[in-house]
Amino acid sequence: MSKPILLTSSPGTSKVNKTGGWRTLVPVFKHDTCNDCRICVTVCPDACIFGQDNEYHPDLDFCKGCGICAYECPVDDIDMVLEVK
Amino acid sequence: MRKFIEGSMAVSESVKLCRPDVVAAYPITPQTHIVEFLSQMVADGDLKTEFINVESEFGAASIVLGAAAAGARAYSATSAQGLLLMGEVIFNIAGMRLPLVITIANRAVSAPISIWNDHSDAVIFRDAGLIMLFAEDAQELMDMHPQAYKIAENPEISLPASVNMDGFILTHAFEPVDILDQKLVDDFLPPFEPVYKLDVDNPITMGLLAEPTWYMETRYKLKETMEDALSIIEKVADEFKEKTGRYYGGLIDTYRMEDAETAFVAMGSLVGTIKDVVDTLRAKGEKVGVLKIRSFRPFPAEKIREACSNLKQLVVFDKSYSLGLGTVLQEELRSCFYNRKHQPIISGFVVGLGGRDVPPQSLIDAYRKTLGKEILNEFVDLNTKVLGG
Repeated sequence: MSKPILLTSSPGTSKVNKTGGWRTLVPVFKHDTCNDCRICVTVCPDACIFGQDNEYHPDLDFCKGCGICAYECPVDDIDMVLEVK
Repeated sequence: MRKFIEGSMAVSESVKLCRPDVVAAYPITPQTHIVEFLSQMVADGDLKTEFINVESEFGAASIVLGAAAAGARAYSATSAQGLLLMGEVIFNIAGMRLPLVITIANRAVSAPISIWNDHSDAVIFRDAGLIMLFAEDAQELMDMHPQAYKIAENPEISLPASVNMDGFILTHAFEPVDILDQKLVDDFLPPFEPVYKLDVDNPITMGLLAEPTWYMETRYKLKETMEDALSIIEKVADEFKEKTGRYYGGLIDTYRMEDAETAFVAMGSLVGTIKDVVDTLRAKGEKVGVLKIRSFRPFPAEKIREACSNLKQLVVFDKSYSLGLGTVLQEELRSCFYNRKHQPIISGFVVGLGGRDVPPQSLIDAYRKTLGKEILNEFVDLNTKVLGG
């Protein structure tokens, strides 16, 4: 008799499994024209943009480079750049 | 206690005796009566279960998945289009190794819409990891549900099981049925002990993403478990026999096969018709018998080969057809004899699609055509007038 494989995980695995490696383009926050609107923080589907007072940074352990932050930034303060590792 | 009841009532009485914690199903002909009876039992206070009304079969299957994941004994029933809508979830229930029972009131699949019986709906799920049992009559249905739960919930198996019954022919026909005793069922089927479950004090995530490093192993285990289920199904049938004296064969059953040269092969209620046909032919001195396939998944190839070791030919009557290939049961039987020492001639006929009546004489006529030769994929009683050019 064969015991089934029961695939389970404990809570919080999304913090352990770093998914930033999926990225091709990386957002570069220029900190030039930022008006502190926080739209980038709101629209990031991975909820991985952090900061305050015109100083925002992506958490590159989780940012998949989707570019939504750069597309939505009303003052064009974020560039998507090909990441060379 | 013996009662004269409808097949659907036999199923709902049997399910009630299994003490399900959660019942979720969406009404679809010809399954509807089963769930109607169950909801009436709940309303009357005769059945204590969480009866959940759903918006679709996708919802019903998802709820019983969740219920089984939470460690509950769960039940659902459906037919045809409803089963297809459950499809994605059924693969998930099996892949997540969650045991539960689904009764399938077998019905043709649209289009054109047909509410009547054949096996087209069930056979689609042969690759799902779903244990598939086929019952011949109302008594076997009464007895099969506790067995299905016991097989599914065996910790070595932990898979969903389906009990298949022919729509209308079994769901709506009245038969005398010996209702099982609650004490006997409780004794036969102890409370469900899940191999794993959702628990707020010990939280886990189920149904995870499996990267290429894991997926193949989980499927390999499903393959092994399906093979293990062969012996469990037999063991459970034997245990049931000890308790009740009733036995339908575990994986297969045979009828008048002692010195038979030809066996008719079928699943479900058609077996009853074929037994009459065999009696008729036997009375004329013809050496014929019946091979009933009770477990379609897992497919009992070894058992079938044993039962057929002295046969010259098999005549398979299928209520389904794999478009672009052939009759389903016949193809599976053929592959289990391929490259073996003893290879009976195997013929396959399609009967009763979309509820077409299957008269005994049509089966006899089909059998007469096969004597000494192989006939494949022939549709019995086809009305050639409407086929056009």
